[in-house]
Amino acid sequence: MIIPGSSLEERQWTRFTPLERIFRYAFYVVICSAIVVSLRTIEVIPEFLFDAPAQMVDMLDRMWPPDASYYPETIHDALVETIHIATVGTILAVVLAIPIGVMVAENVTPYKPLNWLARFLLVSSRSINSLVWALLFVAVFGPGPLAGSLAIAFRSIGFVGKLFGEALEEANHSTIEALQATGASKFSIMYMGYWPQVLPTFWSILLFRWDINIRESAVLGLVGAGGIGVALSTALELFYWDRVCMVLISMLVVVAAVELVVTQIRKRII
Amino acid sequence: MDVMRTGTLSTSGTYTPQRNWYALVGWLFLLVYLAYITSLFDLDFDRFISGLDNGSKFLGRMFPPNFTRYELLMEGLFESLQIGVIATFLGVLISLPMGFLAARNLMPPWVTWCARGVIVLCRSFHPVIVAILFVKAVGFGALAGVMALTVASVGFIAKLFAESIEEISLKQIEAVRATGASFPNVILIGVFPQVMGRFTGFISYQLDSNLRNSTMVGLVGAGGIGGTLFAAFQRFDYDFVSAILISIIAVILAGEGVNNIMRRIYR
Amino acid sequence: MTEPSKYQGSEIQSVTDHSLDIRNLTKEYTRGVPVLQSVSVSIEANGITAIIGPSGTGKSTLIRCINRLIDPTEGDILFRGKNLAKLYGRELRFARRHIGMVFQEYNLVERLSVMENVLSGRLGYVSAWRAWMRKFSAGDIERAFSILEQVGMADFANQRADALSGGQRQRVSIARALMQSPALLLADEPTSSLDPRTSVEILELMTNQAKNLEIPVMINIHDVSLAQRFADRVLGMANGKIVFDGSPSELNEEHLKTIYGGQGWMS
Repeated sequence: MIIPGSSLEERQWTRFTPLERIFRYAFYVVICSAIVVSLRTIEVIPEFLFDAPAQMVDMLDRMWPPDASYYPETIHDALVETIHIATVGTILAVVLAIPIGVMVAENVTPYKPLNWLARFLLVSSRSINSLVWALLFVAVFGPGPLAGSLAIAFRSIGFVGKLFGEALEEANHSTIEALQATGASKFSIMYMGYWPQVLPTFWSILLFRWDINIRESAVLGLVGAGGIGVALSTALELFYWDRVCMVLISMLVVVAAVELVVTQIRKRII
Repeated sequence: MDVMRTGTLSTSGTYTPQRNWYALVGWLFLLVYLAYITSLFDLDFDRFISGLDNGSKFLGRMFPPNFTRYELLMEGLFESLQIGVIATFLGVLISLPMGFLAARNLMPPWVTWCARGVIVLCRSFHPVIVAILFVKAVGFGALAGVMALTVASVGFIAKLFAESIEEISLKQIEAVRATGASFPNVILIGVFPQVMGRFTGFISYQLDSNLRNSTMVGLVGAGGIGGTLFAAFQRFDYDFVSAILISIIAVILAGEGVNNIMRRIYR
Repeated sequence: MTEPSKYQGSEIQSVTDHSLDIRNLTKEYTRGVPVLQSVSVSIEANGITAIIGPSGTGKSTLIRCINRLIDPTEGDILFRGKNLAKLYGRELRFARRHIGMVFQEYNLVERLSVMENVLSGRLGYVSAWRAWMRKFSAGDIERAFSILEQVGMADFANQRADALSGGQRQRVSIARALMQSPALLLADEPTSSLDPRTSVEILELMTNQAKNLEIPVMINIHDVSLAQRFADRVLGMANGKIVFDGSPSELNEEHLKTIYGGQGWMS
C-alpha cells in the first residue's frame, strides 16, 4: 500500500493494508489461543507423559525379534484378504462415484439442487471415517470381508467422486459444444465428449485411491471387518508382541510393494 | 493410454472401427475377478437380503438422532479438537527442522538420509495403528492420540516441506547474499517467500486431516469422540450414534470453512 | 597480443577511493585446470569497464570473485582499503554492502513485490526482526521511491516481481543495487536475456546512474557492439587471461580474433 505524501512529507509504504493486518493479527490470536487452550485443558496425566519414553522402549524391546512363524499360519491369508477388500472396495466405489461425480460437476449437470445433493453425499462419505463405516457395516452384515469392502467403498466414494467431478469441470468446453451442435444425445456427449478427456485423470484417481485403500483396509480388521487387522487385533489382545511386530513388518512390505506396482503402472499408462 | 483406437479406412470409403482388445480383456478379467470374490467372501443372495433387512432396521433405529446426551457429545468433540490442534502444532514444530535437515540441496547426504528415514517411518503406518501402539505404551487417553497424530503429521509435513526447499531457486538467494545480508536475513528474504505459500497449504491440509483422524483414534482408546462413538455402538444406542456422526460431519465442514478463510488471508 | 595497460593502479587505497585493484587472481574449479590464470588489472574509481570474451573464459568467475560469490584460489582484490579475497564472516558482509550486483536472470525474489525487492538492497543493514516485519526506516522508503522513479518503475511498486517483463525486472534489479549506495557496480551479462532495444535501454540506465553517482562499473557482456558503445574501457579475456586492455576505439579485428578465435568473425 502506498500512501502518497506531499512534497514536504516522506512517502510511506507498508506491506499490508491496515485491514489486512487486522485480519492477520486476529487470525494469529485465534490460532495461538486455540493452541494454548488445548494445551491447558487436555487431560494428560503427567506421570504417563514422563514415563512415555521408557514405556516405548520397553514395548519395542518386547517386539524384537519378530515371530516369523506367524506369517504362514495367519498373516499370509489375511494379507491376501486385505488386498481383495481394498480392490473390491475401490471398484465398487468407482461404480457408485461416477454417477455422483457427474451430478456434482456443474457443467454436466446444471441443476443446482442435484449439485447440492451430490456435494452433500460426497462430503458425508468423506467425513465418516472408514473405521466408522466398518463399524456400521459389521453391525448390519456381520463381521467379515463383506463389511470391510463396503466400508472401503462408501468411504472412497467421496474421494473419487470429488476428484472425478473436478476433472469433468476442467474438460474442454469447445469439444462439448461441437458435439452439442451436432444434436448428439446427452449420453453420446458423455461417452464421446467427456469420457476420453477425463480418462487419464480417472485412472490416476483410481490408482491413487487403491493405494490409500490398501492402507485403510489393513486396519478395518480391528473392528472385525476382515483382513490383516484381525490378526493384529488378536495378537495385541494376547500381548504377543513378537507377532505384532511380524504383522507390522508384513504390512510395511505390502505397502512398499503396492507403491512400487502403482509407480510402474503410472509410468506405463499415464 | 488411448482407449478409443481408430479403425481402418478401406478403399471403398467405409470405416471399420477396430475392436479394442485391451478393453475387452480388461472387462472379462473384471467379471472373472468379481465372480471369484463372491465365492471367496462367502457371499450369497440370502445373506445379502438378510443384510439389507438388517440394514433397514438399523437405519430405523438410527433416526431420529438423539442429542439428549449432548454434554457427553461436546466433551468428546472438544477433546478431539484438542488432540487435532496440538498434534498439528507439535507436528509443525518438529517438521520445520526436519524438513531442513532432509533437504538435499542444503545438507550433506548422511544427514538427509537419516532425516528422510525418520520421515518415511512416520508415514509407514496408518494413524490408527500408531495410536494403538501408543495406547499400549503410554496408556489410554488423549496423550496417545496426540502422539499418534503428531507422528502422522511429521510424516506428511516434513516430507513436503523438504521437497519445497529442494525446489527453491538458488539464484534468488545468491542475489540476496550479494547485498551483504546476514544469514538470517538471507533465509527470511531469500528462502521463506519461496516456500511459505506452499507451506501454509500443507499445514491447513494436515490440520484438516488431523481433525478427521482425531475423531477416529478414540475408537482404539486414544481419546476423543471416537471413544464415545464406540461405547454408544456397543450399547446399541444407535440414535446417539447418528447424533455423534452428524456432529462429526458438522465439525469437519466447519474446519474446511476455516481452512478457506486462512487461505484467503495468507494469500 | 597483450596491449600494455594504460591504467596502472594507484597505490593509494582508502575508503573514499573507489578504485579496484586485482592482483594475480587465480581460480581453479578442478586442480590444475585454472579458469582464471593470475589475472591482474586495476580499475579506476570512475568509468565503465566492459569485459568481453567467449563463454567459459572466466568472465563470470572474475566478476563473482570480486564480491566473493565465488572464492578465488589465489590472489588479492584490494578495494576500499581491504583485501576482499581474505575477508570472511561479518567483514565480508560489510564489504558486500558496498558492492551492488546486477544478474543475467535478474534474480529478484519472485514472490515479493517490487518495493520489497528494492528494499532488500538494505538487508545488509537491518536486523532479522526488522527484515521479517518489513520495518524499514522512513528514509529508506523515501529513497526507494525516488530510485524507483529514476529507473522508471515507480508505478509498479506493489506489483509482484513475477508479474513483470524481463526489462522491467532488470530495472528493479538495478534499483536494488542502487539502494545499497554502492561504491562499485558489477553486472554479469545483464542484457543477455533481453531483446536488443531493451538491452540498450538497460545499459543506458546503468551507465547514467553510475556516472551520476561517480562509481565504477564492471560489466560482463558478450555483445561486442554494445560493449564498444557504452564502455570507456574494454577488457578482452581468453582462456582465463586478459588479452586486450584498451579503449573501445582501439578494438580491431586482430584483437577480436585473439579473443574469440576463428576467421572472419566480424564479416
